[in-house]
Amino acid sequence: MFDIALSALGQVMSGGHIAFLVLGVCVGLIVGILPGLGGIAGMSILLPFLYGMDPTSALGMLIGMVAVIPTGDTFTSVMMGIPGSSASQATVLDGFPMAKRGEAARALSAAFTSSLLGGVIGALVLSFAIVIARPLVLSFSSAELFMLTLFGLSMVAVLSGRSLTKGIAAAGIGLVIGSIGTAPATGEARMTFGIDYLYDGVSLVAVAMGLFAIPEVISLLKRGSAISETTALGGGWGKGMRDVLRYPWLVARCASMGCVIGALPGLGGAVVDWIAYSHAVQTSRDKSQFGKGDVRGVIAPESANNACQGGALIPTLLFGVPGSGSMAVFLGGMVLLGIQPGVTMVETKLDLTYTIIWSLALANVVGAGLCVLLARPVARLTQVPFVYLAPFMVMIAMFAAFQASRSMADLVALMVMGMVGMYMRRFGWPRPALLIGFVLAPGAENYLYQAVQFYDWDWITRPGVIIIALITIISVWLGLRFGTEISSEGDSDTADQKTRGRQIAFAGLLFLVAAYCILEALQLSFLGMIFPLTIGILALVASLAVILRLRAGRVAEIHDDDASATLAGESSGRETYLAVFSGLVALIWLIGFIPAMVIFFPTFLIVAGKARPVPTLLMTAGAVGFISLITWAMALRLPEGLIGQALF
Amino acid sequence: MKLLNKTGICSMLLGATAVLAMPSLLSAQDFAGETVEWTIPFGVGGGTDVWARFFAPQLSEALPGKPTVVVLNVPGGGSISGANQFAMRASHDGLSILGTSASTQYPAILGDPRVRYDYANWTAVLASPTGGVVYIDPKYNVTGPQDIEKLRAEKIRFASQGATALEMPVLLGFKMLGLNIKPVFGMESRGAGRLAFERGEAGIDFQTSSAYLSSVKPLVDGGKAVPLFSLGVVDAEGKVARDPSFPDLPTFVEFYEQATGAKPEGEAFGAWKALMLAGFSLQKMVVLPKDVPAEVVADYGNAAKAIVEAPDFRQRAGDEIGVYEQLVGPDADAALKGALTLDPGIREFLTNWLSEDYNVRM
Repeated sequence: MFDIALSALGQVMSGGHIAFLVLGVCVGLIVGILPGLGGIAGMSILLPFLYGMDPTSALGMLIGMVAVIPTGDTFTSVMMGIPGSSASQATVLDGFPMAKRGEAARALSAAFTSSLLGGVIGALVLSFAIVIARPLVLSFSSAELFMLTLFGLSMVAVLSGRSLTKGIAAAGIGLVIGSIGTAPATGEARMTFGIDYLYDGVSLVAVAMGLFAIPEVISLLKRGSAISETTALGGGWGKGMRDVLRYPWLVARCASMGCVIGALPGLGGAVVDWIAYSHAVQTSRDKSQFGKGDVRGVIAPESANNACQGGALIPTLLFGVPGSGSMAVFLGGMVLLGIQPGVTMVETKLDLTYTIIWSLALANVVGAGLCVLLARPVARLTQVPFVYLAPFMVMIAMFAAFQASRSMADLVALMVMGMVGMYMRRFGWPRPALLIGFVLAPGAENYLYQAVQFYDWDWITRPGVIIIALITIISVWLGLRFGTEISSEGDSDTADQKTRGRQIAFAGLLFLVAAYCILEALQLSFLGMIFPLTIGILALVASLAVILRLRAGRVAEIHDDDASATLAGESSGRETYLAVFSGLVALIWLIGFIPAMVIFFPTFLIVAGKARPVPTLLMTAGAVGFISLITWAMALRLPEGLIGQALF
Repeated sequence: MKLLNKTGICSMLLGATAVLAMPSLLSAQDFAGETVEWTIPFGVGGGTDVWARFFAPQLSEALPGKPTVVVLNVPGGGSISGANQFAMRASHDGLSILGTSASTQYPAILGDPRVRYDYANWTAVLASPTGGVVYIDPKYNVTGPQDIEKLRAEKIRFASQGATALEMPVLLGFKMLGLNIKPVFGMESRGAGRLAFERGEAGIDFQTSSAYLSSVKPLVDGGKAVPLFSLGVVDAEGKVARDPSFPDLPTFVEFYEQATGAKPEGEAFGAWKALMLAGFSLQKMVVLPKDVPAEVVADYGNAAKAIVEAPDFRQRAGDEIGVYEQLVGPDADAALKGALTLDPGIREFLTNWLSEDYNVRM
């Protein structure tokens, strides 16, 4: 084994291989930086070149691309509060407040250093685990996977901030939204309103972008300054690296967790960042700064998400079952190269397997290195008046959301979730809880259904199930005991007691959603009904509890960061901005993406940003040119617009 | 000085019109400088995507004028969304082509309400068949058709993607054999189903040829799985022959005959053959809109022929495409026409079966 590992190392270090690997890393960083694209877009760039390539170099290129996506996606998470991919959602919680505090460079370099270490640790664990991992993967049946989704859901206890009831209600609504579409057990359509788009469910990108990007853009526009509240860049990259070195065990623990969770097919990287984040909160003595810019909140998810890619290679290579979305595309690339995954990867093709593992480690080092170099100049963007950045962010968010299923409905979903996210932020509902519920809903239902079908109710007594149940209980207990200070929604306003009516109205809206879910569920066959009914009741009861507690004036639930302005009869401008962005969606629908942007950019920059004509022209041209280039290079699509379709 | 007089503008306009009209006047013999957009209604990295990406560069080489061939993935609705979109938007000059798979064909023949495409409006130029093998956990001590009673006595779980997915003829086959198979739906892929088998959750499983060769063969060699039958190869006349990838395995029909002592017949067998034709004999297809000029269709047919008849095609195709004979040009289209016109009685049988056994309504 060791001689094979060493000879593979030699092969990885050869010039040709490194060149292709670096090429892959560059592509991976670019698609990683653009939120919502991930490995799939990267693969579209690389796949056409694979044909006829030498397998070792080609694998290096693919691995280079896949490995650094969770490194590159940190940029938008930290600098703009937009989760770059599902792997960097938790990074937003503390990374973005750090950027606002003027510590973007520190947060970024801490994130990249953690990514590097996490990725290398992941590769190390992988190189030993790969030969013995088969029984481990096989021991996780549908029952254990279901328990893991429950464990993931229990993170809500940590992330709920001041009000656990709000957290449970939000997670419940997330579960309801996540169960829109075709029931896995019976194929029945649920809550689709007869709309084709909803048969597949709402896309994760639309939900994540809607919940985080749109409200953050609006809230920054409202504030009317740069992202950073100070003019100093603060510390820079040296400080971030020292931060990471201060918590070596946190990095090691999160990386190991990431590797193990990544290895379980079906769960993949969807929740690993949240689990790592909660772990950091639970094991820290001083929790007061989490959610407000604690560097540990950046280190934990970033060390876990890169290690997760290493873990995800295990089921991909050993069983041909991809452990995550980007692994699915990696698998496609392997097959295209004529390499069939399976047991032979650790028997006759062990040299190839080690080439992949070493490439993974090397790609993490190269990727993080490039990012650290970029961190300081890119961090300067946080000094730019935000009104100039906003149209870019809106454009990118819409571009990314549209790529999910290339339907205008993606953009409508983005705006609907944007509205939900905006009011959740205003009224202090934990958005991460909703996102966790949404992400875990399909897995929870599917694995529960499978577990019951495969084992009847005996699944509860499986040892793995009991162990995970105990871990979950301990985690909830720790979360409830110590997690009360974490806030993902910013501060409330002093006058918040007086706008209770509005707060109750919003809670009432969520209550109605839950009620509708129950009504729909009751019309389905038993197997299709049971899950939406359960979560519908959960969401209904929790939102009712929130309403009652709001009525009673409980301080924990009351939150409105716009209370004073509302009472004074002033509009904070949130609704105006939301209307403007919705208008933009309508314009895209009518005349297509590029023409709509050509109109939107100058109008917004001149009206809202008071920009002068020449910079306006340059920014518009730059934005439109950039998005056209990306679309062309990645063989993507943009909305054509009704008029465009009629003409061509 | 006036640079542009009236005549000048007119001639410029004329020139511009000529340039704009170029694509439609394009001679069928030349795609030089053009881009063929190949819509794949599945995500990147899936079976159909890999199949398309294997053929794309070769198609680019083989078509006259060597156009660029770009794969455009439009996933969603188990391939219905992308096929709908193609039906609505495809250009009729041969620059838009579609790759389909069994999960595009089955909803169409069953009359799924979401389907807004019609195979009658399409012409096939290449069709790639596949086969598959059903295998069982050795704990049941079943090795062949002689053990049918042992097999019928057991309640066996089968991990499936869904009642109308690729494994539909397999489920129907189980029913015809009178087995007590309990399908567990909702698997993300056939690979996930195989994992459930390896974990011992499912007792019986099915894989297409390439996955069987790479992932199940080692299990069989290690005594962890026992192959029962291959699905066989069904031709347009409804004859079932042994699968060239598994010449030593009995086909489903042979297995049925030996197990029950009679030839399979009736509506159920008719439906089984129809499903096999539409989902396996023509598992993956390249289609163009029907009103594409005949010369362009012929160009595609010739290109496909050149690709599959290249001396090293088999070797390059590897396990993924397998040893199956690829249908090209008019042969592919004739097979398509035969496979996708379903006898109304058979359709009714299928929809009744789906609704009675699995509560799936079309």
